[in-house]
Amino acid sequence: MAFEYEKYIRKGTLPHIWCPGCGHGIVMKSLLRAIDGLKLDKNDIAVVSGIGCASRLPGYLDMNTLHTTHGRALAFATGIRLSNPKLKVIVVSGDGDAAAIGGNHFIHAARRNIEITLLVFNNSIYGMTGGQVAPTTPLGAIATTMPYGNIDPPFDIVKLAEGAGATFVARTTSYHTAQTEQLIKQAIMHKGFSVIDIIDACPVQFGRRNKPKEAPDMMQIQKDNSMPIQLAQKKTPEEIAGKIITGVFVKKDLPSYMDTYYTTIIPKAQAK
Amino acid sequence: MEKKALLISGNEACVEGALYAGIQFYAGYPITPSSEIPEGLARKLPKYGGVMIQMEDEIAAMAATIGASLTGKKAMTATSGPGFSLKQENLGFASFNEVPCVIVNVMRGGPSTGAPTGPSQGDVMQARWGTHGDHPIVALAPNSIPEIFTETVRGFNITEKFRIPVILLLDEIIAHMRERIIFPEKGELEVVDRLKPTVPPDQYKPFDVTNSPLPLVPPMAAYGSGYRFHVTGLNHRTDGFPTNNGDLIEKEMHRIMDKVDLYKKDIFKTETYMLDDAEVAIVAYGSSSRAAKYAVNALREQGIKAGMLRYITIWPFDEAAIEKLAQKVKFIVVPELNFGQLILEVERAAKGKTRVYGVNRVNIEIIHPHEIIEKVKELFHGI
Repeated sequence: MAFEYEKYIRKGTLPHIWCPGCGHGIVMKSLLRAIDGLKLDKNDIAVVSGIGCASRLPGYLDMNTLHTTHGRALAFATGIRLSNPKLKVIVVSGDGDAAAIGGNHFIHAARRNIEITLLVFNNSIYGMTGGQVAPTTPLGAIATTMPYGNIDPPFDIVKLAEGAGATFVARTTSYHTAQTEQLIKQAIMHKGFSVIDIIDACPVQFGRRNKPKEAPDMMQIQKDNSMPIQLAQKKTPEEIAGKIITGVFVKKDLPSYMDTYYTTIIPKAQAK
Repeated sequence: MEKKALLISGNEACVEGALYAGIQFYAGYPITPSSEIPEGLARKLPKYGGVMIQMEDEIAAMAATIGASLTGKKAMTATSGPGFSLKQENLGFASFNEVPCVIVNVMRGGPSTGAPTGPSQGDVMQARWGTHGDHPIVALAPNSIPEIFTETVRGFNITEKFRIPVILLLDEIIAHMRERIIFPEKGELEVVDRLKPTVPPDQYKPFDVTNSPLPLVPPMAAYGSGYRFHVTGLNHRTDGFPTNNGDLIEKEMHRIMDKVDLYKKDIFKTETYMLDDAEVAIVAYGSSSRAAKYAVNALREQGIKAGMLRYITIWPFDEAAIEKLAQKVKFIVVPELNFGQLILEVERAAKGKTRVYGVNRVNIEIIHPHEIIEKVKELFHGI
């Protein structure tokens, strides 16, 4: 039976704003399949975003949705999560939103290990504003604000999340729809802060100034250039150079912020 | 049983006022001279099952406060000058989306880092216009410890009832000063909760006021209550979704601005002191009004019939009170711990019917009564 996306999409909000060739819509489908697979109630999910192309996603979903200010989605989400523990909170963010203007909230949400899932739609560029360099743009790539080639070294979202203390960290691509769905399921059910770096393509703002240019070719690279982490671990650094390593990098069971607040802080305060 | 009197600071009174009003969520970031507020709530809020979190920065504290309010909780944050600047973008988000919240700004010397432990009233205009774009806002400026308590409660009531963010403008003097206070009993002060929707979830539009019992104020559902709705910082329709339709944008903008005007009489609060027969008026607020009151008494002893009009609600500004005053006094003096901010409103409202003079200080010291007295005497005898 065909999957019923309509069950989760708000009437009258489609078509979405994403350009032809953009992977965001594909990831949104994986997200919906994951939510459906987990049998979560739409009333118990909050989807929060900041600013950018990916940040328009919550508006399409028939859930508790919030489209906030640039970079601040995790901070808004923290308020929601702590004040209504029943809600599963998913933050949808672009790479600039999460790692540049929102970088501080990113590392602190990870350190705090608060029960929020962060999906980074990582297309290596500022798409909505017209192709400016992002903190994830590869060295040498052309961007409108790096017309002679990028000299600003990129962040590795997975390493950043891991270093900051996130207890579930994974990477996939918009090509790997089944893997994306499975990873989102794991991330949502993880007790603590979970991050998925989802490598995505922006043919309109990145592709047009770099190679390859076309959406199908960009997606082909996501397919051909990926390597599961289990395989990568057996390879030399030279053999994995330039590869998109996918899979689960970190999965740890550590005390999470909201749970600890309600199970230790409140009882301690009330006992005094 | 006789009620117990306590000697507490202004920041402590703010904590107690927030608890009285039913605060359920606080997010903050440490900054002098406001830090006793998060410290107090860290101790006390969990006792009531509420959440206090110290966020990674001021921006995040404002954001988390808004997030909590969207789940139906009474939420507050507190800060001082530099942090107030950082909060402005998200404060605009709250104002535009009519998210109830209380923002305490314990004013300190500025600009920039300024004087963390020195008083100022330099953020009066920032409280009104700090975030970009036209937007509704309410600002309250108490002048004593008992009044910080009652104005904190009133601030929560205003924000919850009318869905307009409320800024509580304290200053370093009244925040750190200690005074006697007797806490009101439960039920003694009114405590207001926000309007909840009465329509079923599938008919709910987050900014629709068609059937609201409070004209222009949309009933507010909570995330997680079964009402699934969208909130965005973009210009939005009454159903919450973004729009570029100029007519709809203008209609919504007018509604949120008109709301302040419609309820201004419920929001305004001024106090008059010896004003009935006054020939000279002092218009003051916050800590400066304490010096002004002393000056009124001293001037009367010296034969000058002075009186005071004190603004407790600063924004929206009660123009009519000045208009009335301007017709009967020889002149108005406005003491402020800044180069003259509220005086601009006083002059505007006086419409040239009387002269308006400032007594100003920006050296992080309080305004002394004698400065006001001398200014009044000089002006009075110069006439």
